[in-house]
Amino acid sequence: MSILIDKNTRVMTQGITGKTGQFHTHACAAYANGKNCFVAGVNPKKAGENFEGIPIYGSVREAKEKTGANASVIYVPPPGAAAAIDEAVEAGLDLVICITEGIPVKDMLQTRYKMQGKKTILVGPNCPGVITPDEIKIGIMPGHIHKKGRIGVVSRSGTLTYEAVGQLMELGLGQSSCVGIGGDPVNGLKHVDVLRLFNDDPETDAVVMVGEIGGSDEETAARWVKANMKKPVVGFIAGVTAPPGKRMGHAGAIISGGTGTAQEKLAVMEECGIKVTRNPAEMGKLLKSVLK
Amino acid sequence: MKIHEYQAKEVLRRFGVVTPRGTPCFSVDEAVAAAQSLGGKVWVVKAQIHAGGRGKGGGVKLARSVDEVRTLAGQILGMQLVTHQTGPQGQKVRRLLIEEGADIKKELYVGMVVDRGTQRVVLMASSEGGMDIEEVAAKTPEKIHKVFIDPATGLKDAEADDVAAKIGIPAASVPQARTQLQALYKAFWETDASLAEINPLILTGDGRVVALDAKINFDDNALFRHPDIVALRDLDEEDPAEVEASKFGLSYISLDGNIGCLVNGAGLAMATMDVIKLYGAEPANFLDVGGGADAEKVTEAFKIMLRNPGLKAILVNIFGGIMKGDTIAEGVITASRAVQLKVPLVVRMKGTNEELGRKMLADSGLPIISADNMAEAAQKVVAAVGGAR
Repeated sequence: MSILIDKNTRVMTQGITGKTGQFHTHACAAYANGKNCFVAGVNPKKAGENFEGIPIYGSVREAKEKTGANASVIYVPPPGAAAAIDEAVEAGLDLVICITEGIPVKDMLQTRYKMQGKKTILVGPNCPGVITPDEIKIGIMPGHIHKKGRIGVVSRSGTLTYEAVGQLMELGLGQSSCVGIGGDPVNGLKHVDVLRLFNDDPETDAVVMVGEIGGSDEETAARWVKANMKKPVVGFIAGVTAPPGKRMGHAGAIISGGTGTAQEKLAVMEECGIKVTRNPAEMGKLLKSVLK
Repeated sequence: MKIHEYQAKEVLRRFGVVTPRGTPCFSVDEAVAAAQSLGGKVWVVKAQIHAGGRGKGGGVKLARSVDEVRTLAGQILGMQLVTHQTGPQGQKVRRLLIEEGADIKKELYVGMVVDRGTQRVVLMASSEGGMDIEEVAAKTPEKIHKVFIDPATGLKDAEADDVAAKIGIPAASVPQARTQLQALYKAFWETDASLAEINPLILTGDGRVVALDAKINFDDNALFRHPDIVALRDLDEEDPAEVEASKFGLSYISLDGNIGCLVNGAGLAMATMDVIKLYGAEPANFLDVGGGADAEKVTEAFKIMLRNPGLKAILVNIFGGIMKGDTIAEGVITASRAVQLKVPLVVRMKGTNEELGRKMLADSGLPIISADNMAEAAQKVVAAVGGAR
């Protein structure tokens, strides 16, 4: 098992005809069961065409009806990306993974408002995607650095997640699933939601949680872990050296009003029984140290 | 993106917020002319810089005659204004706002930001105007009243009235306050603001509600649909290195240390800064080179880092993933030659063909130090600047 996605997930790409959409759809289709998993693309202007044999439909609804796709991945440029999420939610997909970086916050506020009471799960935006190693990858992460195993990874960052995975691999630890929840201030799944899924997944033994400055998601997740989590969680928070009031690349990575600091997050995580490291080179080692 | 107070007031007035009458000025003569045309007996001479805390730093002064306006404008224009937000070097004052004086009976606070937890715009209001709201939040959180605004309805009359009453606005002035709060929300929403603050919002002796100060920041992601807001950008207020970097699609932030870092990805870039600090030195910058660390981007990144005269070494940390090690190595070698790099360079890269990449670095004849992992890279670069402080 795994969380969110596995070899039975059927995916459509929204924004399949752009350069990024093509590059990554090609890579995802070439990874593990990707050939069977990536079944459709969406572009209203290119309906009836195909990309490397993947049929393109005019709408998410049509792609779902014709192919049975239950998930989508979005590479649509920022001005239209929130509308692309809305379309996928309206069509009743189970899962939407939005890779697009740079979506206006207001668009996401409206999209999240419209998602209330809907069944669709959103991952991202501004995220690398989700991978269940050796089964399926949906997103832009390099597939070859992963291997199937029993460690869950959840992170707000892209390359820092790959760094964590790389360290696990050096210690021979494969992953059940790796989830990039994204670096934007208003997003879908949060750390706590992903930890809940890992907690319920019988094939995940322990979790690496990688956070960064800004907001209070990590604190919320830590408190939940203290009360509910049955598996060990280790953590790292990026941005101990980040100055206040500056956006550190990610739109959501900002210390504002003295809150959202790495120190504060690390302190709460430790209080809640999460083993943390201040050394990003030791995430893997720390995880290994908590395995039984 | 940030704008000046006078610009924020112009934006807010468009949506119906009441502010004192005032005129932006770029010279002493303009300031005098502005005071004369405003009329009255009391004027406020206000330094316009993007940082807060201007009053405490001596950038906001009261003038009781036109002569005094002339004197104060002369003092403030061109001064290096130091506030808690500018750093010790301060910020040069290039613009003034000359405003009519106000009869202040009560100073209040209202502000709006996006609340990440509820995923709504939150109105924060307090009776403690004129103070740093963070200080109020820390010392007397019960004095901050919040409304999480439903995007479908906007700020409702009842919500606005309730908050107005809670922060001490007398019943007779509540309808005015309601109008202003709703105008503030409209301004926030329509302009894609990320923060809008009126501190203080004042109650005048005759019961009027007036925005005495104003601050608006905008969501950079939404600027593409607001050319009128982009036109308000003042590059004099921004770090030239950050402005230059943004032209090349690099995300750069200047810091106080002496080790430059060039990293792909924001999270890894922060982690790289952190690991440098952990091993006893300080990072000179945050720099996310983005997805493609090609020769051109790395060259521009090196140039920007090397503008810093205090730079003692550079650490390149690239998790290639999809990008190949040899491509990264080629970019680093070309860039080092292009800028005739003199400072020590430590390179740590990970990804396909990393062996080949490392060999290319070793064979380049350049004094490049290779490292296998982040910890080793940090140790080597810290040693290169003379060890931990």
